[in-house]
Amino acid sequence: MAFDKELKNYYIQQISFIREQNLYKQEKQIQSPQFASIDVEYPKGVNKDGIINICSNNYLGLSNHPEVIKAAKETLDTRGYGMSSVRFICGTQDIHVDLENKMSLFLGMDDTILYSSAFDANLGIFEALLDEDCAIFTDSLNHASIIDGTRLCKAKKIRYANNDMDDLQLKLEEEKDFRIKLIVTDGVFSMDGIVAHVDKICELAKMYKALVMVDDSHATGFIGKTGRGTHELHNVMGEVDIISTTFGKALGGASGGCISGRQEIIEILRQKSRPYLFSNSISPVVVGGVLKVMSMIMESTDRRDKLEINSEFWKKGLREAGFILTNTGSPIVPVMLFNAKLAQEFSADLYGEGVYAIGFFYPVVPKGKARIRTQISAAHETEHLEKALDAFIRVGKKYDILGRSREEILDRYPISTSL
Amino acid sequence: MAYSDKIRGIYTGTLNEIKEKGIFKQERPIHSAQAADIEVEFPMGSDLKKVINMCANNYLGLSSHPDVIKAAHAGLDSRGYGMSSVRFICGTQDIHKELEAKVTKFLGTEDTILFPSCMDANAGVFEAILTADDVMISDRLVHASIIDGMRLCAALHDTFKHSDMAHLEEKLQLHADKRLKVVITDGVFSMDGDTAKLDEMVALCEKYDAMLFVDESHSSGFIGKTGRGTHEKCGVVGKIDIITTTFGKALGGASGGCVSGRKELVEMCRQKARPYLFSNTIAPVVVSGVNTVLDILSKSTERRDKLEKNTEFWRNGLAEAGFVLKEGDTPIVPVMLFNAKLSQDFSKALYEEGVYAIGFFFPVVPQGQARIRTQVSAGHEIHHLEKALEAFIKVGKKFDILGKTKQEIIAMYGN
Amino acid sequence: MAEMKDIVLQYVINEYLEDEDEVLSYDSPLISGGIVDSFSMVSLKRFLENKYKISIPDDKATPEAFDTVNKICALVNEYIK
Ligand SMILES: Cc1ncc(COP(=O)(O)O)c(C=O)c1O
Ligand SMILES: Cc1ncc(COP(=O)(O)O)c(C=O)c1O
Repeated sequence: MAFDKELKNYYIQQISFIREQNLYKQEKQIQSPQFASIDVEYPKGVNKDGIINICSNNYLGLSNHPEVIKAAKETLDTRGYGMSSVRFICGTQDIHVDLENKMSLFLGMDDTILYSSAFDANLGIFEALLDEDCAIFTDSLNHASIIDGTRLCKAKKIRYANNDMDDLQLKLEEEKDFRIKLIVTDGVFSMDGIVAHVDKICELAKMYKALVMVDDSHATGFIGKTGRGTHELHNVMGEVDIISTTFGKALGGASGGCISGRQEIIEILRQKSRPYLFSNSISPVVVGGVLKVMSMIMESTDRRDKLEINSEFWKKGLREAGFILTNTGSPIVPVMLFNAKLAQEFSADLYGEGVYAIGFFYPVVPKGKARIRTQISAAHETEHLEKALDAFIRVGKKYDILGRSREEILDRYPISTSL
Repeated sequence: MAYSDKIRGIYTGTLNEIKEKGIFKQERPIHSAQAADIEVEFPMGSDLKKVINMCANNYLGLSSHPDVIKAAHAGLDSRGYGMSSVRFICGTQDIHKELEAKVTKFLGTEDTILFPSCMDANAGVFEAILTADDVMISDRLVHASIIDGMRLCAALHDTFKHSDMAHLEEKLQLHADKRLKVVITDGVFSMDGDTAKLDEMVALCEKYDAMLFVDESHSSGFIGKTGRGTHEKCGVVGKIDIITTTFGKALGGASGGCVSGRKELVEMCRQKARPYLFSNTIAPVVVSGVNTVLDILSKSTERRDKLEKNTEFWRNGLAEAGFVLKEGDTPIVPVMLFNAKLSQDFSKALYEEGVYAIGFFFPVVPQGQARIRTQVSAGHEIHHLEKALEAFIKVGKKFDILGKTKQEIIAMYGN
Repeated sequence: MAEMKDIVLQYVINEYLEDEDEVLSYDSPLISGGIVDSFSMVSLKRFLENKYKISIPDDKATPEAFDTVNKICALVNEYIK
């Protein structure tokens, strides 16, 4: 150890630099379970109860549903708390196999393999399946975990412009000579809420003999008529070769993820995928909860239907008030503010009004595209949304951005002064 | 989609290769909670069999301990099941901060940041704190997750021979001109059960102005007099700059991991580590359990003391019976068989005798070093260990390896 | 030159050979033979640069140029003057 003054100062400087750029991330402490309204301690020492949460991935409102809690408790009693083992040593229970089967059934795939998180699933899939004589065609806005997974893989990486099918086709045309080609995309892009053209991707894949992988972390459980995901929405169930998704968002929100896909692919992952072989099995108590979530959403579409109604209400309200939204096709509704500092101040003011929604800015989104990302949940009642809308409008008026175009907002809050 | 016959053929071929090499991994579903006694379905579809588990990382027997289960129940009621958010959006609860503070105190560090797993902690930490001007010098036997973390980091990477301090010193000299230097090791090595020479490493790091990183996944909770870890055993508490560890083994075994160490390094991870920024927070129900585990361990050393006694009993028993063991004093006790197929056959025969312990072979351990890795737990009672020992001896006799040297075993079975 | 070959060979043996019985010659394939991986190549390059006070550009330090002791010494000699 030689963590001397000089080294310490080096890191202190790095951190100040992050602060100066207005990129510092501050965490607020929640003192209640995750729900439509939460109790928060922020700033330190100040407790505020009943804040409306409009930025969680709790899309179906199942993260603390009484039935999910009950199932988790029953599993604690019958299968315990932790496994203290990776899957292939002594970390596989009957319920892990049950969950894999249930996911395959729900997503309409051959087989499924669980991971500690969707992050780890994406981290471990590419290297296990592809070598240096293969190619990955990857959307430029894919999630960080996909980027890291492809960084760990020797295959050639070819980026195409976000959701741009002409560009994808161009790249497929240019880069033909590979043993295996894989197109990978997020099903719903998490920062914009836009749904990928999964149908068009499948068509191109057929033409150019490529595999298709979709990360449906922001889709599984609620996108499509029965909530199967973007492949259901786009009528290509059975045509997507690989789906990765998470249990950490709509499906209970505790933790864990999986990859569902062709039989042989899943088997290879079980033998070779490093995060699967070298990280702990999902804990039984979490598995018990997800199993319940899956039964609930396979029995009824009530929750996803309510989410759809809520999302429509919310988007309509914001648009009518004069906010600029993205062309979203999901419960992810970004309110565009463009300027990072404005996004942070807007968020702080919303919090003052009893609404929790945080600002997103570089490097999470591109420079000049700062925003408040709102996310709707089936746990929201109309009164939550009405109250939140009121707050947005009040704060919007304060900053005088309602009904303004992007240029007008940028005029008032030029990017050069901050970011 | 174009899952053509050609592509199916490629993958089927790979799978067949794995099977032919005899290294295909077969999972055995357990129909009970993790404990000394478990009920297993193996092969798939057969009747359940009650066996003694000798290969879990459940070192302290806390994975399904009634107090931990109770805490998880209470946690479900007060803080819920899932957070559906990453930490910095709306995924931080008071209990997450409480756990970070408890870990800091337990490990004797300055600050702590939680990750979804120790795999993720290791995958994210290096890139968050180092740049291309820096160098990482790692022991050649560090865990796969550290290797992946180093692969994701732009800093130069070099290695030193396993626990070879002279070689480490050479490497520190070779890279003297680099801006920041980090020496990287596991505290206890998971495959061999040996312990890093942290006292000597601290001295070298001081001499050559390097930081020291230690992965304590197989030590936190039971190594050292009060179970703080390898740094306690080696008398260097407070001198390790970065510790990573897991809650997925001794500390309840559910999931989660952390980076604990210098305040500024932890802060850098909070701002920049990708698995922290882009993956879900640890589930409240899991956090509630780990908080209680740390309370239990801070109050009493009873469990680690029992583990130490059990370990001694088990090591002595196997050694006296004439097995070739890896030297060491941790609860990881590898029974060396050298040949991959022998290790699998041995494991099957043990299972027949009611003992669950699996064979490890290439690529998890080097070629020709196949083994049964046994792991002792405070959840074991002496009667478990006696019964398991009998089974080992019976199977050892069957394969005629008791009292045989490495060379003799290799002569009989190849390597 | 002969001396350099032995220094490099000795370094490779010390650094990378796990099994003492294995024999290496000046022409044994190091990288294509799986003895030195691409990670380790970086440290081998640094060793040479420090030892012979030279700087080898990254684009010259290819796996082919590093594949045998003979090739390595030829490369080093290009930069020694
Ligand atoms: C040394 C070491 N580090 C990290 C890990 C990964 O820990 P986790 O299961 O929390 O991902 C393990 C477990 O396999 C390990 O043995
Ligand atoms: C598209 C996408 N993939 C993967 C992940 C990671 O999921 P997990 O939280 O299970 O690691 C996320 C969540 O942040 C995501 O948005």
